[in-house]
Amino acid sequence: MSMPLSGPESAQQTPGRGPVGSGSPRTSRTARNHAPITAAGLAAKVILLGLVAGIAIWAAFPLVEAGQWIGLAVLVVTTAALFYLYAGRRHVPAKYLVPGTLFLIAFQIVPVLYTASTAFTNFGDGHRGSKDDAIVAIESSSVKQVPGSTQYPLSVATTGDPATGDLVFLITDPETNTVSVGDTGGLRPLDPDAVTVALGGKVTAADGYTVLTIGQASARSKDITDLVVPTAGGALRSSGLSRAYEGKAVRAYDAGCDCVRDSDSGRTWTADGEAGAFVATDGERLAQGWKVNVGLSNFTRVLTDERISGPFLGTLVWNFAFAIGSTGGTFILGMLIALALHSPRMRGTNLYRMLLILPYAMPSFAMLLVWRDMFNTDFGLINNLFGLGVDWFGQDWTARAAVILVQLWLGYPYMFLVATGALQAIPRELTEATSVDGASPWQSFRAVTLPLLLVALSPLLISSFAFNFNNFNAIYLTTEGAPFPADNPSNGATDLLITYTYRLAFGGQAAQFGFAAAVSLFIFAIVAVVSAVSFRRTRQQEEVYA
Amino acid sequence: MRIRTAGVVALFTLALAASGCGGDDKSDKPGAGASPQAAGGKLVIWADDKRTAALKPFTDKFGQENGVTVEVQAVPNEDLQNNFVTVSSQGGGPDVVIGAHDWIGNLVQNGAIDPVQLPDEQKATFNETAIKAVTFNGQLYGVPYAQENLALIRNTDLAPEAPKTIEDLVATGKQLKAQKKVTETLCLQVGQKGDAYHIYPLYASAGGYLFGTTANGDYDPKDLGVGKPESIAAFKKIAALGEKGEGVLKRSIADTNSTATFTSKKCAFLVSGPWATADVKKAGITYDISAVPGFAGGKPAAPFVGVQSFYVAAKGKNKALAQEFVANYVAKPELAVALYQADPRPPALTAALDQVKGSDPDLAKFIEAGKNGQVLPAIPAMAAIWDPFGKAEAAVIGGADPTSTVTAAGKTIAGSIK
Repeated sequence: MSMPLSGPESAQQTPGRGPVGSGSPRTSRTARNHAPITAAGLAAKVILLGLVAGIAIWAAFPLVEAGQWIGLAVLVVTTAALFYLYAGRRHVPAKYLVPGTLFLIAFQIVPVLYTASTAFTNFGDGHRGSKDDAIVAIESSSVKQVPGSTQYPLSVATTGDPATGDLVFLITDPETNTVSVGDTGGLRPLDPDAVTVALGGKVTAADGYTVLTIGQASARSKDITDLVVPTAGGALRSSGLSRAYEGKAVRAYDAGCDCVRDSDSGRTWTADGEAGAFVATDGERLAQGWKVNVGLSNFTRVLTDERISGPFLGTLVWNFAFAIGSTGGTFILGMLIALALHSPRMRGTNLYRMLLILPYAMPSFAMLLVWRDMFNTDFGLINNLFGLGVDWFGQDWTARAAVILVQLWLGYPYMFLVATGALQAIPRELTEATSVDGASPWQSFRAVTLPLLLVALSPLLISSFAFNFNNFNAIYLTTEGAPFPADNPSNGATDLLITYTYRLAFGGQAAQFGFAAAVSLFIFAIVAVVSAVSFRRTRQQEEVYA
Repeated sequence: MRIRTAGVVALFTLALAASGCGGDDKSDKPGAGASPQAAGGKLVIWADDKRTAALKPFTDKFGQENGVTVEVQAVPNEDLQNNFVTVSSQGGGPDVVIGAHDWIGNLVQNGAIDPVQLPDEQKATFNETAIKAVTFNGQLYGVPYAQENLALIRNTDLAPEAPKTIEDLVATGKQLKAQKKVTETLCLQVGQKGDAYHIYPLYASAGGYLFGTTANGDYDPKDLGVGKPESIAAFKKIAALGEKGEGVLKRSIADTNSTATFTSKKCAFLVSGPWATADVKKAGITYDISAVPGFAGGKPAAPFVGVQSFYVAAKGKNKALAQEFVANYVAKPELAVALYQADPRPPALTAALDQVKGSDPDLAKFIEAGKNGQVLPAIPAMAAIWDPFGKAEAAVIGGADPTSTVTAAGKTIAGSIK
């Protein structure tokens, strides 16, 4: 869905639109209609729209194949709308707005809605598909070879065309070497003179039948797996294309009681629509369940489960401390360096700037792992260099200090860069004026430079805070939440809410996407509130200094 | 106006032509990869990078012999299981998957794989433990090709004799440390969050267990051994080897530096598996392999035995061909030997093991070291063990009280087992 949208956005930048755009935006309609059509512009437009159509057709086939009619309808309407919009010459504002809006819908709104809808289900391992899928899985995994039965060399044959004709199994009894033909009606012996049997027992030719080669047979895989030849003890099924075995589906679904019955043990498991699983009277569940709507239970679990709500507050406080510490620390360090390099007396600023940006240029993923190893107690660089024996990740406060230190190193070049940019935008006359007025450098910084810097950088600080609040990698690639209290392995001293919930949702027996979605909505709410409050305050500040 | 109409006409013609090209692109793709005679079906296999390369010649041969197209797609090992389950629940994905046997529980509960029917005489050609490992709920779910377990690798220059007990090992290690020949007694990876797989031999030797077994020999998730008195006693013995005790087990030795510390001759003993031998050989260390020793007077130190296996995907497009490939083609010694050469783990096929045993004496030693081993549980409940058990191990080694730590870990594990 997202792919077809990439075309039209760049259509806006085609040179052909240049002459039109260079005029006044309020050009009258007639003037626009008479704007010259350049060959390059037309070509670019045609190619991009062609690309849209091409991608749409490419995306349509899998949708049709999967029977996703709603998805197909969305695709068709979107493509048609794009053609209507860009083939014509009207709706100029829409031409600018639509690509961005489509991207917003595809990459922001749809994922958020999907997450929110997942939060109300039990989607996760063992509950991924529909009830029908679960029944198929239960039945097919219960097909067992009849005890004591033999396996037969198998050839797949047909009386008709190899590609379409009805299939039969030609099997050879390994003991008697008699050949039988089997179809849904059962097994019938074949005249020994009418068949050719190769060494090993496989039938290579039979009168009246065309024996399929493996290539031909593999093209009809589904027909072969579906062909079941009833026998006295169970049924003959194929095991691959050259062997057949007598098997019996031990478990079968009974629509009458909405339950699964095991014919060997006589046990039944009744469908529980609320849990999305087949449950026996003693509480035993079949592993294969299905996805059901569970209402608010994921949300209530977050609030009522002791394991979650107990350490929640402590984790939240540390989470704020981490996000504020990382953002504030990098900002202060970055700004101080920027101020130092901003001074006109400073020499070799370019060299310094280049060196300072290095941590930013290195992939943080790898750097986090390097830092983790540097904090190793016995083999780490830090302890060896300073002759220390600190168990960095083994104690609460050293581990917390260590992760913030790593964040500081990773994050200050960014703050340095943006602060440098913002400083250059502050007119020197302002600070000069303060010194003329007799203000000390500190007073001038407090009263002029810092507020102006903050006006420019506040949005960046807020987004940096939101990012660090959910900075999964920073914790997961270094301490992984450690150290853990000895009596609680699920919540560590450096755990952020996001790493903590990741462990809760995916660290247990199975992945629980529904639950994880519910927790992420909680985190979303926290970050959204903090950001909204901060933005409001920033706006007030801007009004003061604007 | 004229220009405009002409432009629109031209535009639509070209747009259609372009979209035609787009369509052609798609239909070209499968054709380009297909061998000329491949009129039949297509088999898609997912394996990790190393195995993909080793499989390629065999799958090509299989394809040519049978007139089918075989495509081996490399998926990084850490993403393989998850990606497979995800695409499978969408009704797509590969026909055959290669992976560790402890995935089986999760793959089965998600309906992602189908049982494989092997005749008894064919099952007998495999190592018995390997067949046991891929059997789940009484059904065979995969065809094994390699197995692996932990062993004690020792630097024979430093420690010529294989230690019979952990106490022997500690004594030798201490002596070497006193002589300043090594800085660590034993390289057994722990790390900050512990490592249940590597500590398990010692835990088992000290009398601990993870799951009891049901009457038919399957692991029973209802009988959890963590938190029971046996497990506390076992962790007390482990604590005695920890940082506040003998200092043999340390959290500073982790997966990232355990082998490296051994190859740089800072320790004389390494607990690791067949995957470590390549590095040890490269470092030019004279080494020998023996079983991980247990505590004196305790049970044998049982390492986990893991098995690499081929699975038939339940949602594959070409299940019959996948069954044919897995049940009838994979069980050939040549393929097992080729996979061994790509990644030196002992083949599960007895005939293949016999073939490579001569040129690689390590294999027999690893098999010997795994003689007391226990099959790594494949039940989904095992996933709930790793993290809390490891953390309890790390805490106890760091000096925490074993009783309260292990009891808490047992509670956490029991809480997340359904």
